[in-house]
Amino acid sequence: MTEKDQYRAMFCSPNWDYKTLEAADEVISRIGRDYLKLKTYPNQIEIVTSEQMIDAYALTGLPTSYPHWKFGKDFVLNQSNYTKGRMGLSYELVINSNPCISYNMENNSTCMMLLVIAHACQGHNAFFANNYMFLDWTSADSIVDYMVFARDYILRCEEEYGEEEVERVLDAAHALMNHGIDKYKKPSKVSAKEENDRLRKLAHIKRENYNEIWKTLPTQPELPDAAPGEEHRFPKEPEENILYFIEKYAPTLPAWKREIIRIVRKVAQYFYPQGATKVMNEGFATFTHYHIINKLFDEGYVNDGFMLEFIKSHSGVLYQPEYNSKYYAGLNPYTLGFNIFMDIKRICLEPTAEDKAWFPNLVGKDWLEQVHYVMENFRDDSFILQYLSPKVIRDMKLFTIIDKENETDYEIGAIHNERGYRKVREQLSYQYDRSSRVPNIQVTKVDLHRTSKLYLTHYIQKDRRLEAESAKATLEQIRYLWGFPVELQAKNKLGINESTFEAK
Amino acid sequence: MSHIIDRRKNDKGKSTGNRQKFLKRVESQIKKAIPDIISQESIKDSSTGGSVKVPVRGLDEPSFRHDPKTGKKYIIKPGNDRFNEGDRVPKPKGGAGGSGKGKGSNSPEVTEDEFTVVLSREEFLKYFFDDLALPNLVKKLMDSTENFESRRAGYTKDSVPSRLNIKTSYRQSLGRRLALKGVFEKKLQKLEAQLASTADPEERLLLEAELEKVRKQANTIPFFEDIDMRYNNFERVPVPVTSAVMFCVMDVSASMGYHEKDIAKRFFTLLYIFLTRQYKNVELVFIRHHTEAKEVDEEEFFNSRESGGTVVAPSLKLMDRIIRERYDESWNVYCCQASDGDVWSKQDALECKKLLQEAVLPSIQFMAYIEINSKDRESDLWQAYKRISNDEDFSIRHIYEAYEIWPVFQGLFRKRREAA
Repeated sequence: MTEKDQYRAMFCSPNWDYKTLEAADEVISRIGRDYLKLKTYPNQIEIVTSEQMIDAYALTGLPTSYPHWKFGKDFVLNQSNYTKGRMGLSYELVINSNPCISYNMENNSTCMMLLVIAHACQGHNAFFANNYMFLDWTSADSIVDYMVFARDYILRCEEEYGEEEVERVLDAAHALMNHGIDKYKKPSKVSAKEENDRLRKLAHIKRENYNEIWKTLPTQPELPDAAPGEEHRFPKEPEENILYFIEKYAPTLPAWKREIIRIVRKVAQYFYPQGATKVMNEGFATFTHYHIINKLFDEGYVNDGFMLEFIKSHSGVLYQPEYNSKYYAGLNPYTLGFNIFMDIKRICLEPTAEDKAWFPNLVGKDWLEQVHYVMENFRDDSFILQYLSPKVIRDMKLFTIIDKENETDYEIGAIHNERGYRKVREQLSYQYDRSSRVPNIQVTKVDLHRTSKLYLTHYIQKDRRLEAESAKATLEQIRYLWGFPVELQAKNKLGINESTFEAK
Repeated sequence: MSHIIDRRKNDKGKSTGNRQKFLKRVESQIKKAIPDIISQESIKDSSTGGSVKVPVRGLDEPSFRHDPKTGKKYIIKPGNDRFNEGDRVPKPKGGAGGSGKGKGSNSPEVTEDEFTVVLSREEFLKYFFDDLALPNLVKKLMDSTENFESRRAGYTKDSVPSRLNIKTSYRQSLGRRLALKGVFEKKLQKLEAQLASTADPEERLLLEAELEKVRKQANTIPFFEDIDMRYNNFERVPVPVTSAVMFCVMDVSASMGYHEKDIAKRFFTLLYIFLTRQYKNVELVFIRHHTEAKEVDEEEFFNSRESGGTVVAPSLKLMDRIIRERYDESWNVYCCQASDGDVWSKQDALECKKLLQEAVLPSIQFMAYIEINSKDRESDLWQAYKRISNDEDFSIRHIYEAYEIWPVFQGLFRKRREAA
């Protein structure tokens, strides 16, 4: 028996063992490297049970995290859905770290294991290691370390200040997680050790009782009736990162609470690229496993039976119910992403006249180079805006429904025809733009002179207003952290205040 | 290079801590749900774990989010089969959601309907019996420490060879040898120094002889000596009795219908679950009675349809006899009697009272009498029992509807404040 025969015997048996996984990883890594030219972090493949997978879900894949009831709730929710058969578990879960940790379900068949290794350990891994969002905004080297630090820190706080008080801070910080992200500054990469050093420094600063806000008070005595002039405006520029602002400037917050806010902020920052590249990331991983498994077949590592099972799973992943199906639950990011990547390859290899008009830069280029370029330099909204082709729009029969408040009808905005392509593309891109989901809220002013009141402004976009109940509850959380009254004004595009929420 | 790890064996229950934090948060809601479980579901199931429905109120995680009803939204969907640009489609009634024309809810927010928290048996019992305690539990436990158990209690220097602990003995020997060696070494050094510094031949000879002696001693430190020996030590420790027996006495006369028996059964089961939590070993004795009393098995107890007139006293007599025959002082005896209160004659009721007072109550821990009856009339049995019930070791209660079981049970077994 040749070596290849041995591999084939292993891969085509439905039962896998440790040796099979090692062999699979070896062959798949080679194909990923030589054929698809993937550069990846080293892999750490972990075989887990379904319960452990649900655990992993609850911590959004992180091997460890600080304790909080919210994770318990997610666990209970998922577990109950899973045991009732309402939800299936994914075959794998992978996290952006170096080494890249992926969890594989123990009850996967051999074929599934190979698919998963190709998908997660090559596809996702390469995406994490090369996409600019991840490179700029996360540090795969230190995340696991940092989470260990975070857990220990929170546990220490629980001991010292009581679980309830810690939970109170975490609850409040979690409410602002979406507003704790820096989009313009690159966070420094810190390891657990550096983090501890930094903390020590922080304690020192705390001793000296330094605070930006108080600092402004005694040095410049105000004239009794001087209008608060622009030069005394604080902050000078509106601040989008509310959590950061509170962490830095909340007048009376003890240092340990600031540190907890910082931890939540770091976690939010870590997951920020994940949310912005869902379609690309899944699309690319699917594109990768599709090519690797086919290559395995071409090279004779697997047989027809294996391929039948693979095709069944693969098409299951790509199943996209139509809008009027009872299974419809939104656009499937795997399908959308995979279709676009496959289309990029097609345009490079067999361009049509239409492609020549739409994508002159792709026509005739090396498809692998182009795929790499796209994978590295875009995120979902820009990816769709630049690469969603008329052919994919036609194939998926995409169309837009316009839902306007105060109208009794939906309007069909654009369909998969010549007139509609650009509109569909723009509108779909907007759907993946963060600003369509997360309200644009900024810290605009602090009353330094009398009340220390914090003013927030919600810049209304497309007439989308805040959900009042939740907004009030969130303001209460800010109130708790800030320690003084908080007011939020919702301004429309004319700059007129439409409504005011307040936490006194 | 990749690294493959089998995680299946470790890391189980990683979320346990978070899960408990979450349960703590919904504790009040779980507690509220417990009476429902008892009155609705088969009680046998609740002993094995059961599930508790917890509405998600109070579990909301607030955030700034768009009101889905406002503004202008573009929703991209796949599979257009009939629409053209500019078509108008009526919105489904009742806002978002709804089904009309396949326009399902497209809001990205996942709505969390009431979801069911599945509690493990342990968790379930914890909530179930929180704040409850067996009456007189401590008293009897202290009384009856008659069994003894051998437990390891360190080492002793003197015992039989079969209990020799070689490892510890060796360690002792090693320590002793090291210590002695050090002493001799020092002595040798001192002597050698003296030898080197003196020139007197007589003294040199003396010193050399001394040196020789000490060297010999240093080389012949015995490996084991008696003082090294260590033997395992055992102690006799009194073991508290952890057994209990519960008598289920039920009236099965014609007047006890399905409903009455069902209530009785639920109450017995509750008590049983409760006892199994407190004791390692709980025995059950089932006694049913109409005109005569009989000890039966569980199956027959609840299902047999045999019936007749009601005479209660024989059942208590039978119980008394069984206690004397089978359960000595070391047992914790509990009794629960369920009846609709109907008796053949006043005489019977009085006899019951006398029996209880004189024979049964002195020998048992606690007895509960449950009258499955609407409260508006007091039966003869109730009237007779009322005089001797003291809630301390004999409680009587009315139950008629299933939902009353839990409050009554709770009332009976609520931890009594020490002040009382």
